[in-house]
Amino acid sequence: MATTIPIQDVHNEHHADNHPDHHPTGWMRWVMSTNHKDIGTLYLWFSFGMFLFAGALAMLIRAELFQPGLQFFQPNVFNQLTTMHGLIMIFGAIMPAFVGFANWQIPLMIGAPDMAFPRLNNWSFWLLPMAGLLLIGAFFVPGGAMAGGWTMYPPLFIQGGPSYDMTIFAIHIMGISSIMGSINIITTILNMRAPGMTLMKMPMFVWTWLITAFLLISAMPVLASAVTMLLMDRHFGTSFFNAAGGGDPVMYQHIFWFFGHPEVYIMILPAFGILSTIIPTFSRKPLFGYRSMVYATVVLASLAFIVWAHHMFTVGMPIASQLFFMYATMLIAVPTGVKVFNWTATMWKGSISFETPMLFAIAVVCLFTIGGFSGLVLAIVPVDIQLQDTYYVVAHFHYVLFSGAAMSIMGGIYYWLPKWTGHMYDERLGKIHFWLTAIAFNVTFFPMHFLGLAGMPRRIPDYALQFANFNMIVSLGAFVLGASQLLFLYTVIKCIRSGAVAGNRPWEGAETLEWTLPSPPPYHSFETAPVIK
Amino acid sequence: MFGKKLWRQLVCALPFLLAAPLHAEYRLNLQTPASPVAQQIYDLHNLILLVCFVIFIIVFGVMFVALVKHRKSVGHQAVQFHENTKLEIVWTIIPFIILVGMAYPTTKTIFDMRNTGHPDMTIKVTGHQWIWEYEYMGEGVRFLSNLSTPQDQIDNKVEKDPHYLLEVDNPMVVPTGKKVRVLLTATDVIHSWWVPTFGVKQDAIPGFIHEAWFTVDNPGTYRGQCAELCGVRHGYMPVVVEAVDPASYTAWLTRQKATMAEAAAASAKTYTLAELKSHGEKVFTTSCAMCHQATGQGVPGTFPPLVEGAPFAAAKGMTDPIETRGFWKDGKIVLGPKEKHLDIVMHGITGTAMPAFAGQLSDFDIAAVITFERNNWGNHTGDMIQPSEVATLRKSTGKSS
Repeated sequence: MATTIPIQDVHNEHHADNHPDHHPTGWMRWVMSTNHKDIGTLYLWFSFGMFLFAGALAMLIRAELFQPGLQFFQPNVFNQLTTMHGLIMIFGAIMPAFVGFANWQIPLMIGAPDMAFPRLNNWSFWLLPMAGLLLIGAFFVPGGAMAGGWTMYPPLFIQGGPSYDMTIFAIHIMGISSIMGSINIITTILNMRAPGMTLMKMPMFVWTWLITAFLLISAMPVLASAVTMLLMDRHFGTSFFNAAGGGDPVMYQHIFWFFGHPEVYIMILPAFGILSTIIPTFSRKPLFGYRSMVYATVVLASLAFIVWAHHMFTVGMPIASQLFFMYATMLIAVPTGVKVFNWTATMWKGSISFETPMLFAIAVVCLFTIGGFSGLVLAIVPVDIQLQDTYYVVAHFHYVLFSGAAMSIMGGIYYWLPKWTGHMYDERLGKIHFWLTAIAFNVTFFPMHFLGLAGMPRRIPDYALQFANFNMIVSLGAFVLGASQLLFLYTVIKCIRSGAVAGNRPWEGAETLEWTLPSPPPYHSFETAPVIK
Repeated sequence: MFGKKLWRQLVCALPFLLAAPLHAEYRLNLQTPASPVAQQIYDLHNLILLVCFVIFIIVFGVMFVALVKHRKSVGHQAVQFHENTKLEIVWTIIPFIILVGMAYPTTKTIFDMRNTGHPDMTIKVTGHQWIWEYEYMGEGVRFLSNLSTPQDQIDNKVEKDPHYLLEVDNPMVVPTGKKVRVLLTATDVIHSWWVPTFGVKQDAIPGFIHEAWFTVDNPGTYRGQCAELCGVRHGYMPVVVEAVDPASYTAWLTRQKATMAEAAAASAKTYTLAELKSHGEKVFTTSCAMCHQATGQGVPGTFPPLVEGAPFAAAKGMTDPIETRGFWKDGKIVLGPKEKHLDIVMHGITGTAMPAFAGQLSDFDIAAVITFERNNWGNHTGDMIQPSEVATLRKSTGKSS
């Protein structure tokens, strides 16, 4: 029902022939572009660059933690590495990558000619490199980059140097970019769908992004206000978070996590959308339970706003609060379960084939579920008291963010690369990249569960001797995981430059609108809206 | 250069991967509980892990069957179904029931954990960057607990001992079988007091006091760490608790009171320069060297040197307060007046990592460490500060130790 559009109903012959693609050439094409495909490409390359940079920081972290004792970095540098790894991965790599997908895919999937506000779209993107410069430039100011953890808790944050202010402004800029991008996405989805594409006929990816965009608009201003209060406490003599002046350091945590938990869903809902696109394609069967998928996504997004304090069970809140936030958090398992069951039912009695995107999708479902289970374990207040701020939490959020979000992005890239470039990627290299990533990921992050259970705190540059063995294994896994991503870069570049001709629809099970267009699609597509029956 | 070093390390590490070093272990679960609450948490975690494991096997068992049997390569044709309302309702309700089943024992444990009433004794725990302070309420006993691992072990110059980074000079001592309540607070940033084997982790937050409790049944040494990022030395802030039988505890308490009386007497005397310097060096090593370094050279951009003429560049937020106190000029450290020196050590510098030591160190300690700093590493002021000067200053600013 949702995505079955008879291919023959959509005519695509007369694109581009009578409309010359007049746009600046050379590098000005990218600076001036208002084209959703160009901007999508910019977003994706930016996020890939940031992914490699923040990944390199992770390699340095793992080099230091390879053995007990201090080998390469003093603790103040180490804290900068962990902090910037987290901030850049979240705001520089994962979020922009999904916006890149949204730019490329939403107009193509709903039969729209472009995004609703093309100039705003250009600005949304070009703010990001500025924010990136502020963040990375912070490494070079006196005192080095921000080292207070990506959560920026005061009063520690108040003690920092100029890079802390640079981080605040970077977050403001990225927040503006995200909010403008979200307004664009919501307007596009609500107003520019092809005739006949009702909301309940939209592809699941478009649905998840619609909901994500609402989450972004609700959550980003909250973060902006939190960091603005930090700025005022630092420079303008206010005491929002300073107990000596009548403030409350824990209030910051409440405000931050009121943003922070929806933020987690901002990074995972579009990934769910990608999975819900890939799995039906390679199962050659429509998505099972489309309606309940939509409802589950809405429920997840709503729950996101009432569970924030589960990130702070150890701050000493009243027992009633602990109980409320625990029960609410446990409820998340229900809609998440619905999603996993639906994907499994989609594969059931399908005709499954295992191209690289499908391998990634299956791995994501399994590994994300492990992250979901460890999330349930962490929801249990007494157990969380033991595990809060340990490597167990590090394992948990990497199972959700790396094997959930980042590996969905990789799967999505392989899935749509033939459409975007007109070439098939090298299937053999894609599979090697998949297996290296999947295995190295587990070698890296699974032992972290054990480290956390055994009592190793996170964010420490050096550790007691009983943690030495697993840390060494973790580091070795991390180096392989990091190196594997260079193969990903190579495979993508190879696909852009050469490869078998993809044709309109290289995946026989793909049913969404973009596959009715040539590959690569013309610069201006769907100038005449297709009619969905 | 960096790559080469790393590579050498990797090669050296290989034998260790095959044959585990003596002290290392492969623990897979929570530490063996030493308190009733920790035991409950341990059992709760096992139960929930088991439930998750069973669900995982069932769901992915089904998926595995589909992946094997419903493959295109074995000629399976896709069956075009996409809804089943009954099934969807069932798999929404069953997880909900399982969750209610989990919530019940958990709620019980939470009430036990939070039941801090009727303690046998109370210890106030204060987090400082990066030292724990323990105060035995009603006993007049108060002391600091510093990391005792030598810097040479951290820098890989000598072999690491078995309790590397989890050892302190003065552990918290508690009697076995008694309900101990801890009150937690902090003076600078948020810390978190954590002993895994007790099942206690509670954030210590400046301006607020929170509570937790534990009972230890067996004598022994129990180790933990600060669990909330609290700055540069966050990884070097261990918690060590020694549980002893009640009789030994009483004896320890008596000894502790005697030690405190000695320290108070020491602050009433007058000392020679050599005596002050030699005691000052000890104080400097435990309380100051972690930031300002044993060489007095600090860390560029982060912790200022203490040596006259040493260059130091940092953010204005850091150099301004040092300059106004007369300790920094034109990118260099100068040795300012001793009154200001006393002020900085006793009251700290707000907005920087420099803590106030007035509440942590005795008059003798403060007098000695400042004398040491002003007459070491090429600083030759000849200035002497006597404990009595510190005591006078304490009275005038109303801050008693």
